[in-house]
Amino acid sequence: MTGPGDIAYDVAHLLGGAMLLVGFVMLGQRRIGALIAALAAQGVLLALAAFWQGHVQAAPQLYLTGLIALLAKGIAIPLVLHRLAGELPPPLRTEAPGRMGAGLVLGVGLVGLAMLVVVPATTGAGALARVDLSMALSILLLGALMMVTRRSALAHVAGLLTIENGLILAAVGVAGMPLVVELSAGGLVLVVALIAGVFARQMRERFASLDPGVLDRHRGEGR
Amino acid sequence: MSLATALILLPLLGAALLAALPRVAPLLNIAISAACLVLALLLLAGPLPYGEGWLRADALSVSLVVLAGIVGLGTAIFSWQDIQGEGFDTARTRFYHAAFQGFMATHFLALLSDNLGIMWVAIEAGTLACVLMVGLHRTPAAIEAAWKFFILCGFGIALALFGIIVLALAAAPHLPHGDLRLSAAALREIAPAAEPGLLNLAFVFLLVGFGTKAGLVPLHSWLPDAHAEGPTPIAAVLSGLLLNSAMLGILRGEAIVAANPGSWAPGGFLIGMGVASLLLAGVTLWRRRDAKRLFGWSSIEHMGIAAIAFGLGGPLGNMAGILHLWGHSLLKSAAFFAIGRAARLKGGQRMDQIGGLARSHPALGWGLVLVMVGLAGLPPASLFASEWMLAVALGREAPWLLLPYVAGLLVAALALLHAMQRLCLGPPTPDAAPGPAGWATLAPIWCNLALAVILAIALPAPLRALLRDAAQVLG
Repeated sequence: MTGPGDIAYDVAHLLGGAMLLVGFVMLGQRRIGALIAALAAQGVLLALAAFWQGHVQAAPQLYLTGLIALLAKGIAIPLVLHRLAGELPPPLRTEAPGRMGAGLVLGVGLVGLAMLVVVPATTGAGALARVDLSMALSILLLGALMMVTRRSALAHVAGLLTIENGLILAAVGVAGMPLVVELSAGGLVLVVALIAGVFARQMRERFASLDPGVLDRHRGEGR
Repeated sequence: MSLATALILLPLLGAALLAALPRVAPLLNIAISAACLVLALLLLAGPLPYGEGWLRADALSVSLVVLAGIVGLGTAIFSWQDIQGEGFDTARTRFYHAAFQGFMATHFLALLSDNLGIMWVAIEAGTLACVLMVGLHRTPAAIEAAWKFFILCGFGIALALFGIIVLALAAAPHLPHGDLRLSAAALREIAPAAEPGLLNLAFVFLLVGFGTKAGLVPLHSWLPDAHAEGPTPIAAVLSGLLLNSAMLGILRGEAIVAANPGSWAPGGFLIGMGVASLLLAGVTLWRRRDAKRLFGWSSIEHMGIAAIAFGLGGPLGNMAGILHLWGHSLLKSAAFFAIGRAARLKGGQRMDQIGGLARSHPALGWGLVLVMVGLAGLPPASLFASEWMLAVALGREAPWLLLPYVAGLLVAALALLHAMQRLCLGPPTPDAAPGPAGWATLAPIWCNLALAVILAIALPAPLRALLRDAAQVLG
């Protein structure tokens, strides 16, 4: 696995690139339902990337990481989010238009930034690790961007999960990375999503909305 | 079972017990915290550094563990009285006590772990426990504070993990054994041979990630809200403990990166964020109308000062930083105990609701006066000593930094003294719930104050040696 033309490199590159592409799909998606579907697709791609790395590195523990990603991020979490979104009144299931284009342009800028930061810094590392790392960082930054530009709490959760996806992609790409981080990160994502779900539910009950903007007026000293 | 393992398992078991026995939970909570402090002191008595598997205790981590034991015990005693006033039902009482000890377990694990991955997991788990406790009141403001805390710290902690992964990547060619690639001690040994570009990249992420947690500007905005809206004991442990473990995460990263001669000097980044925190907090402190938010902002100021000290480095700078963390944890937890009790007595935490404490409740009011004088960096408490040490170190190494440093200190100190005058002196505001301050509040306040004074004027020889060794650990 040295560079382009090598099957190990190409497949890893393809899967990472597909995850990045799905990240852009999420960034440009106004409907919450479609956003969650894209999130599930990204989870499945992450699982495939982990399986592939497990195969290439002959590291069986990565299959376990992939399985966790598949079950939690590909299936369980999207189902829960989907249910939460289903309880929303229909007008709140769509983000207000107008900000998507700027978000996409910013996203492209962030990917460029990730490349500029990672590629010169990693001249000593292998080509696969370098490309993997820069794609993982791009996905992470796209998730962060989504958290900044979106207003709905569910989109914030989706942004945080995108960040976690980027992290796991980085972790599985580093040959010989101890398993402990991946497993615990995978486990924690569940907890994180659980808490987010609880909060979303509470907010909905109190304000009949999943828009944290509603909370702004409750800021402590604004009164 | 080793002492370090026992120190982590005891609060964990305690959490289960507290959840099962809500009736005796407040007293049991104190007993468990006292036992943890004893274990921490025993750990201190043993040989250092001490290592075992994923756990490793050096002078730096043990000094913070002892500090955590002291603040944890004080908070447990304060909770005994304070939580009765919260009016929680049985389920929330169960949850509060279990989450408190759960948080203590994760904090000890974060401090004692040598494996950066485990340290990360511990800090993350501690954050989740705190998020739940901050939202415990279920008021709209509490939910917003918990949500902001959760989202911002979730983002920050994710960046920190990315930094840790990059460190493991940098270590890969030099450490054939996988598990060692996340060991802080092993990473520090191989750092001189590692790729400097990767180390730089890792440090930027560690700094931004753990810096969010430590409340450094510009990533601080969760901190005042989380301190103001949760139950008071949580504000005390957030400021007294959680910020320290995040700072330790930054310091571990800094020690690794600084060991490589080809990397950027990491200290400059820390100094930059520290100065920004100090200046912004100094100005913002003037405009506070909520007493707990005031102390939240004061935490940002003091973490900024500690960041400047650690960024400057050297024996004097590191010593000043560690002493500052100690003084800040002791005084800030005492400040939250005092203001929490005062808010209960006066029926609100807005600054115009609390006044004349020194006259209406002398022991509480004068305690708060001394604590706030200490937080303003005036003698006799130890923050004066550490701020002075840092000023001397800055004068020697980077005199041009003295101007923003002294300006920030002055503005912040005057703001705190002004607030102190409003809260404690002058005519007393009427009590909403008249009653005594209570020993469970006064004892931890005055004990912490006494410790902070001893730290400044008559540091016992073993403690002095510990702090000096801790400064040496950082190099």
